[in-house]
Amino acid sequence: MRNPLAEKIISVKPSGIRKFFDIAAEMDDVVSLGVGEPDFDTPWHIRDEGIYSLEKGKTFYTSNSGLIELRNEINAYIKRTQGISYDTKKEIIITVGGSEAIDLALRAMINPGDEVIIPQPSYVSYEPCAILADAVPVIIPLKAENEFRLTAAELEDSITDKTKIVVLPFPNNPTGAIMERSDLEPVAEVIKKHDLYVISDEIYAELTYSGKHVSIASLPGMQERTILINGFSKAYAMTGWRLGYCCAPEIIATQMLKIHQFAIMCAPTTSQYAAIEALKNGDEDVALMRESYNQRRRFLLNAFKEMGLDCFEPFGAFYVFPCIKEFGMSSDDFAMKLLQDKKIAVVPGTAFGSSGEGFIRISYAYSIEKLKYAMEKLSEFANGLRNNA
Amino acid sequence: MREQILSVIEKNSRIGIKELAVRLGLDEIEVANEIKAMEEEGIICGYLTMIDWEKTSIEQVTALIEVRITPQRGQGFDNLAERIYKYPEVTSVYLISGGYDLLVTLEGKSLKEVSSFVSHKLSALEGVLSTATHFILHKYKDHGTILDKKPKDNREIMSL
Repeated sequence: MRNPLAEKIISVKPSGIRKFFDIAAEMDDVVSLGVGEPDFDTPWHIRDEGIYSLEKGKTFYTSNSGLIELRNEINAYIKRTQGISYDTKKEIIITVGGSEAIDLALRAMINPGDEVIIPQPSYVSYEPCAILADAVPVIIPLKAENEFRLTAAELEDSITDKTKIVVLPFPNNPTGAIMERSDLEPVAEVIKKHDLYVISDEIYAELTYSGKHVSIASLPGMQERTILINGFSKAYAMTGWRLGYCCAPEIIATQMLKIHQFAIMCAPTTSQYAAIEALKNGDEDVALMRESYNQRRRFLLNAFKEMGLDCFEPFGAFYVFPCIKEFGMSSDDFAMKLLQDKKIAVVPGTAFGSSGEGFIRISYAYSIEKLKYAMEKLSEFANGLRNNA
Repeated sequence: MREQILSVIEKNSRIGIKELAVRLGLDEIEVANEIKAMEEEGIICGYLTMIDWEKTSIEQVTALIEVRITPQRGQGFDNLAERIYKYPEVTSVYLISGGYDLLVTLEGKSLKEVSSFVSHKLSALEGVLSTATHFILHKYKDHGTILDKKPKDNREIMSL
């Protein structure tokens, strides 16, 4: 038989996180700090709206772009949080999670050989999606001494005459890093100077702990260069509803919509009705969850301090990214040994790019009781390694 | 600061001062002083344990009693409310707007004990016009906590 597969997809490596947790799943009594999704249930009033829409028989496709009422709510949300607005009919597309929007943006904008700049450590799908869109990924290894923020100088250094897009993944998975206005401004200048576009993945926008998130799209002259991506998964604990959106200049959104309508048709209808409720009446839920994450974040940082583990203070998402270089092991080895010796599962930093070497990702989308137990074990583990050194 | 402290200890009164301070990003001594002050001011009235008695072998009956009373000159409802809440088997007394005046909750060992209290003590009080007793059959949720089901982590392995 002839080879049924495309060379391009074979060249893409499967996610490193997945591999690691398949091993963890085979073991008993593992306490995992590995999951990258909220531990909260979707707030009941949001679920109730979804159920109600089913009862009323709202079981048909929506328009390709999504319910106009939802797009209006999204526009109002962006207006009140970022001070910019979009043409609701032409510039907003409701997608199947933020991840679909990443794929759409890359496929709509890339010609073969165009370079896409991807800062790492970051979410695992930018690089494969870029490759599948025939782009050449150019990786910027972010640095711990910059708190894993992207600097204008780092960006400037990796731009060539083939560069077209910069992916901006902040607040960041896995580091928890954020970009404040003063960090974004010089980066935006470089982007404008070189006539580039930005895919700004702001899925953790609601989860920041030192002031409000600022979108690069809100900076002068940047809205026309930015594909703003967000969604409902992290802010409203709605991961399983698979609902995200993107806001982009009409010229780009029109082409993104073509891919979306041919590949997906429309995002799930039930989820869209629930999302309207989330945006209308969900602010308080978000505030409560944010406060809860923030308490866990402070708890973990204090636990690291007490066990002498080096970690910069992250102000976003629900991850901490402690440094394990003192133990002289690779992130992979450290995570595997921690799993085998103490039955605690964390994700090696290298799953998010080679610049994650020397770090582990710990998710705090877990109850404080679980975090407490895990920190005791991690402390024992660290002391054990130090004593044997 | 008070609101932050209260919102945490309302759900978990056993939390240590140190952990509380860490979680709220506050100074330990400040937190300790604030709690002490709130205890003295009567804002924090006690630290209790939530028990699902149904899971024990101990017999326990809870009743909600609607009580209609005649307000007394110069006293309103206060005097009679006090006479009711002084009984140790009464666990709460609320003044209610609407169809009746006081909502009294009562804990007893048996149906008989509760009904004996209602007929011999409560109804016999001067100024009590009528009572309606509702026995609680099952507590699904109490103090914001679902009693029947333990929370379970339903998240599956994912690549992100």
